[in-house]
Amino acid sequence: MSKMYHKEKSIQLKSSASALYNNLSVLRIAPRCITYFTVVHANVVNMVSASWDGLNYSHRQLQSKEGNVATSSSLIMQAAWCVLPSRDLLVLTSQKGIQMYESDGSIMVYWHALDTPETPTAKAVFARGIAAVREKYICVGVSSGSVLVFDVPSKGSNITLSEVLEEHKEAITDMASECSGNLECIADLVSADDSGLLCVWKSGEDFQLLNKIPGFDTSCSSVKLWKGTVIAGYGTGQIRLYEGVTGILLAEVNAHARWIYSLDIAPFTGLLISAAEDSWVRVWHLSLTPETNSVEIEHMYNECVTDTQICGARFCDGDGYAFAVTGYDLSEIIRYTQA
Amino acid sequence: MSTRTLPLLFINLGGEMLYILDQRLRAQNIPADKAKKGRWQLIYTRELMKQELFKPQELYSKKALRTVFDRLAHASIMRLNQASMDKLYDLMTMAFKYQVLLCPRPKDILLVSFNHMDAIRDFVKDTPGILSQVDETNKQLIEIYTPLSGGEFQLIRQTLLIFFQDMHIRVSIFLKDKVQNSNGRFVLPTSGPVPYGTHIPGLIRIFSCSGEELRRMQFRDGGNYSATLREGSFEMYGDRVIKLGTNMYSVSRPVETHMSGTSKNSSQHTKVNTTPNPLAKEELNLLARLMGGLEVQKSTNTDSGFRVNLFATDEEEEEALISRPDELSYEVISIQATKDKQTNAALAKIMGEFGETSEPAPSSSSKGDDLLAMMDGL
Repeated sequence: MSKMYHKEKSIQLKSSASALYNNLSVLRIAPRCITYFTVVHANVVNMVSASWDGLNYSHRQLQSKEGNVATSSSLIMQAAWCVLPSRDLLVLTSQKGIQMYESDGSIMVYWHALDTPETPTAKAVFARGIAAVREKYICVGVSSGSVLVFDVPSKGSNITLSEVLEEHKEAITDMASECSGNLECIADLVSADDSGLLCVWKSGEDFQLLNKIPGFDTSCSSVKLWKGTVIAGYGTGQIRLYEGVTGILLAEVNAHARWIYSLDIAPFTGLLISAAEDSWVRVWHLSLTPETNSVEIEHMYNECVTDTQICGARFCDGDGYAFAVTGYDLSEIIRYTQA
Repeated sequence: MSTRTLPLLFINLGGEMLYILDQRLRAQNIPADKAKKGRWQLIYTRELMKQELFKPQELYSKKALRTVFDRLAHASIMRLNQASMDKLYDLMTMAFKYQVLLCPRPKDILLVSFNHMDAIRDFVKDTPGILSQVDETNKQLIEIYTPLSGGEFQLIRQTLLIFFQDMHIRVSIFLKDKVQNSNGRFVLPTSGPVPYGTHIPGLIRIFSCSGEELRRMQFRDGGNYSATLREGSFEMYGDRVIKLGTNMYSVSRPVETHMSGTSKNSSQHTKVNTTPNPLAKEELNLLARLMGGLEVQKSTNTDSGFRVNLFATDEEEEEALISRPDELSYEVISIQATKDKQTNAALAKIMGEFGETSEPAPSSSSKGDDLLAMMDGL
């Protein structure tokens, strides 16, 4: 029996990946035949651009900022690209605030400081959870449970905070926007928090809350939204599929033996990838029939990254032809392509 | 990140330190009267159970924490050379890194901490004064940590893992037990009981709109997982179920680290800490508490006190110091508490702000006797 994927040459990183949810972001730039990868190491973001012919790699490191201070020990929680019709921005969320860069990491175009208290409080303060929504919004979650909605012009640095959504009471863990490309989907954004609560939103001048899907006392660490279906990964190792607008539970998978750290969807084919602390990366195939609200889930592939707690897994293209994986204490991005 | 991490780091590292020193003293056959029947355990325990640890704060830098443990180790009549201190710290940190990594659930870090606390309580059970301090600390742990959610514990765990990032020192006892590979990375088994609250992987369930299960399928998960064990106790006393954090050193097992294999990993060693001043005010406070009147131990005084060697022979210890790779050197901040008037004044001022019970300042005669006298007074 032949394997669905085989391992490719790894990409070396300047420093190892930290144990953070969703700790890998990928941006495919077809016109230039390169792919960008980012991996967070404590207070630094490692950015690698890899040419498709495998011959050229270039590295860049971005640091967390603290207003005027050049370097800071403020830890970065997440780094992710936000793809908008007119531009791509690289967003970093840290203990101190939110930084937005041009997609190659060369220029910082925006900085939003969080309200950090003078003396540390029992509840940590940080930003985490990043999603680009529709044509012009970038949404970022905060440890208080707030979701900040930023209005992004097609170019320039005149980015403004347009709205603050207050539905979550626990720290935001991850956020995702509808990725099927289908403009008819009503739900645009899903946000998840440490209690497992999922909020489903419709974007606009004022974001509208479509549904609140309660958790079951377990943190939801990674979430995706595809064809109106919410795909959520939990600390118990379960994956659950919900119909976004109605909140109906469609499927439940006992997928992993440890905390799930990363989910990703290949929107053109419906391939789903899940990765957890248990060292396993699993690929599934989803098919949805919206008319009957039914779903099919088929398990396709397992990969064990020996002795590694995985913290990031992403498809490198919209078909799911290739995927990349990061692990705690690993200084490389491991890549797999379909055989 | 999490502001609740320091107490767990301190107590668990401290617990490991007590295990290791206990084993070394037995191995070195230090005469019982010289070792003063475990008085050093009382002193260390008392220092470990400091209350201001529990206020919300960011983790100390690696440098600062190492300095704190250096001072702690020298708080008793026990003396360790640089090489032994380095090795002791290596063992402590790798042991706790292992425990944090292997915890089935993030919340189980608390059970690991209780295992250490249970052992510490056993060390000091004959001394009511210190025992009540341990119980106090235990109560605080329960009060502060049991209400935290799984997500908050995961944040604590992630903060600890950043602290331990890129540490791959090989430890003999781990290598022998096959829990660590020769490249210094820990073995993560894909078998065994799943954590409490997790299901064994394999089941897919599909539901109808009305909530009833339409069908179920199995997939091959590739691992060899079994049902969860019962949950450990989070009370003052109880069966913790988890074995991580219990004393893994028996009398006959040596405690060694290997330096030779680690240089391969040196290219991956990066400095996480970019804090320009490793000792912020809070850290000075804790140091002041720990030093509180104690002077820095001079290793030339051989009459009272005894030297603990983390290596098999003196020659090995010396060799280890010389051959320790640069990237693994701990940069310890030396504070001349009594010599530097300015620092001393600052420290005195800071100590004054705390208004804690002051201990009688040791007289100029041998430090060892004074400490023992203090202990007798408890």
